Amino acid sequence: MSTILECKDLCKSYGSKTALHNVNLAIESGHIIGLLGPNGSGKTTLIKLINGLLTPSSGQLYINQNPVGVESKKIVSYLPDHTYLESNLRVRDVFSYFCDFYEDFEEQRAYDMLAKLNINPSDRLKTMSKGTKEKVQLILVMSRRAKLYVLDEPIAGVDPAARDYILNTILSNYDEEATILISTHLISDIENILDQVIFIRQGQICLSSSVDAIRQEQGKSVDALFREVFRC
Amino acid sequence: MPWNLTSDRPIFIQIMDIISLDIISGKYSPGEKLPSVRDLAQEASVNPNTMQKALSELERTGLVFSQRTSGRFITEDVQMIEDLKSQKAKEKIKEFLENMEKLGVNHEETIALVTQTLKGEQ
Repeated sequence: MSTILECKDLCKSYGSKTALHNVNLAIESGHIIGLLGPNGSGKTTLIKLINGLLTPSSGQLYINQNPVGVESKKIVSYLPDHTYLESNLRVRDVFSYFCDFYEDFEEQRAYDMLAKLNINPSDRLKTMSKGTKEKVQLILVMSRRAKLYVLDEPIAGVDPAARDYILNTILSNYDEEATILISTHLISDIENILDQVIFIRQGQICLSSSVDAIRQEQGKSVDALFREVFRC
Repeated sequence: MPWNLTSDRPIFIQIMDIISLDIISGKYSPGEKLPSVRDLAQEASVNPNTMQKALSELERTGLVFSQRTSGRFITEDVQMIEDLKSQKAKEKIKEFLENMEKLGVNHEETIALVTQTLKGEQ
């Protein structure tokens, strides 16, 4: 077990608004971790910092002991909350684009998953529904042999049956050394596949614990605890 | 089909219960090899680490044992499985009796009702 992600006094503000404040976090490899918090709590900000889309206002962030940069991007597979793919492209083209871009992209696996979900590789992204587009994105992300997967709201737009398939895809496509960080509001749907959770509130980590410890100590599910902690 | 897990108890304990029940009911026979952690985790739709923990705990109870290179197996100790079976059965009966008491049915009446129901089934 090694530390795949480490934050030291990480701060990020947008002008006068503080999005993250003194976040200290160390994540060991080999876990599936839920990053949970209400709207505007700083989940996406943290995720964007991990992927180098934002730079910290202060503090440090290390991925596999390296600062964010080319080396970290090689081992981090990121599912953003908004698509960045050109909507005129066909799925097939996007796959070959990913092949060029990432050394660890396994095209065959991507095609296998595509077939399982009955998506035609010749379809253009712009002709697809929101849910189907999300599936394609997730296939792209999970077809990489990365060390850290960062999934920002991976199941929000898909139907419950596809949700089960996607969770199974996540479970079957990561190897034991890899780490998955999932941010979501749909806690009860993914609770069983998580082994750790991080609660984030107003830019600060307010709880970091294992799912079974929460159930054992509190006698309730993570979903129920979340509703209690973040009651409006 | 994910396993039916409730939200109030630790997941690994529920997994232990389900696998124990599978052993008692004969879904797995004594000495049989268990599927891999990965396969079981996927079948149950749970985190592989959680499945691993449940199996390690089952190992501590002696109900399963692992062989370093070839995987995990159900115990060959038939007596142990029988003991567990009667223990679980007693728990269920106790629960049933408590529920009957809640309905205001005393033990004699319960026995009479059970006998009557069994006869009706035949």
